[in-house]
Amino acid sequence: MKALVCVKRVIDYNVKIRVKTDKSGVETENVKMSMNPFDEIAVEEAVKLKEKGVIDEIIVLSIGAETSQETIRTGLAMGGDRGVLVKTNGQEIDPLNVGKIIKYIFDKESPDMVILGKQAIDDDCNQTGQILSSLLDCHQATFASKVEVNDDKTINVTREVDGGLETIKISIPCVITTDLRLNEPRYASLPNIMKAKQKKIDILDINDLNIDIKRRVETIEVSEPPERKPGVIVNDVDSLIDKLKNEANVI
Amino acid sequence: MKSLVIVEHNNKSIKTSTFSTITAASQICDSVDALIVGNQLKEAVDEIKKANGLKKIYVIDKDGLNNPIAENLSTHILAFLKTKDEYTHVLTPSSTFGKNLSPKIATKLDIQQISDIIKVCDSDTFERPIYAGNAIAKVKSNEKIKILTVRPTCFEPCGLTSNVEVENVNLEGVDLSSVSFVAYDESKSDRPELTSAKVIISGGRGMQNGDNFKLLEGIADKLGAAMGASRAAVDAGFVPNDWQVGQTGKIVAPDLYVAVGISGAIQHIAGIKDSKFIASINKDEEAPIFKFSDYGLVADLFEILPELEKKL
Repeated sequence: MKALVCVKRVIDYNVKIRVKTDKSGVETENVKMSMNPFDEIAVEEAVKLKEKGVIDEIIVLSIGAETSQETIRTGLAMGGDRGVLVKTNGQEIDPLNVGKIIKYIFDKESPDMVILGKQAIDDDCNQTGQILSSLLDCHQATFASKVEVNDDKTINVTREVDGGLETIKISIPCVITTDLRLNEPRYASLPNIMKAKQKKIDILDINDLNIDIKRRVETIEVSEPPERKPGVIVNDVDSLIDKLKNEANVI
Repeated sequence: MKSLVIVEHNNKSIKTSTFSTITAASQICDSVDALIVGNQLKEAVDEIKKANGLKKIYVIDKDGLNNPIAENLSTHILAFLKTKDEYTHVLTPSSTFGKNLSPKIATKLDIQQISDIIKVCDSDTFERPIYAGNAIAKVKSNEKIKILTVRPTCFEPCGLTSNVEVENVNLEGVDLSSVSFVAYDESKSDRPELTSAKVIISGGRGMQNGDNFKLLEGIADKLGAAMGASRAAVDAGFVPNDWQVGQTGKIVAPDLYVAVGISGAIQHIAGIKDSKFIASINKDEEAPIFKFSDYGLVADLFEILPELEKKL
């Protein structure tokens, strides 16, 4: 089977983000960027399935500016076989259009499964996988915490849902979005990082895809969230309990 | 303008997230209907009927719809929407139920959904958190139908004193998907879920090992609290991954968040900053967590926790 894994380059989760002073967005210049953590889990899952002999080839896809090649290389160093970059000017693209771009690549590559993070930690939309499966009219399993491929190529996916775990059985081709508990992504070893440099990345220009990427939801402004008012240091357990009971009224 | 709220339920009872979503819908326009899709819905319908702010409730009650398979729910909702073209807004709670389902409805209508709204500015402009709530985006939809998911904790649930008109909808020719439902394992814990708990007590690397989390249990019992942990504590193997609170874990918004032995890394703060009150216990008075806390106690947690449990 062939897997397509989608990865997004985002501000590293350990960076404290800054809102631009003109409120047009979040500062990304000179900020450490990394692979979206949920997409790392997606790459890891594909590599695990390859190690089990279930998957033969892993294609790592990213949509973004030239710099997204680095993110693809990270995926290749973890165990991806080759990369595809759909090159943009770095502009933001609505998830629906991202879904349409992935579908374009899907139609070209005909993978058996698409694995991607449940959400990107920048726009927090949590839509792309669901959109893609709807465009493809194929099965979806979101928020996966366990993926088991059966002998008949059906897949049992355990999903993290509010209040518990749900297991569904889906058929290929399918879209799986990853949740935190699915696995712990590996660190790429130095030899694998070197090897990844030799792996092929195909670059497509987004303008050649004939997909209208005009934004349909406009961002009017981005602002800082309301500040938390300064707190107090209490001296002992009694005053803590007193504050929580009588001032905050929360216990 | 007219809004439709998609009801989240388990066939027997309605999830509170639905009542919060009705409140959000009522802030957009006066005319709000609800659609409930499932199987053997009598009890659930009796409950949703009481919701204040609804004009009408449509019910699709059919064999094979007893489990919330997104493929099945979306095809039925789309077939329903085809029969009614008056809706300008379709709202679903931004729970795992709604996140799984709503983008499918939007995509089939070729509409860009707006996820996880926390505020209604006007009928086409909304606020939503990005970067785990470290920034707030004000966004405007130019779509003909606004398809929204609603963060339940940001809208008070509607009142339940009405008796709303109910209409059963029979849809012909909507097939069921071949996705099969295998099992649902409800969390066995006696504690509330992290994402809906009113009180959460979390431990960090300062707990030193997994056994020491027992020190938090007695306090959690007394407060009826959910238990969580920082990424550092999860990475160190003290507690399972699903306890993780933070940007890459669960985003929480309880009335009270108690952080014990947690230094306050950026990614942890991102997950807790919507809490009404944050109390923290840490022996390092320089710990960043204190800057975000309403109440801070600088002390050794191993001395303080037993005392706290006793005095609560």
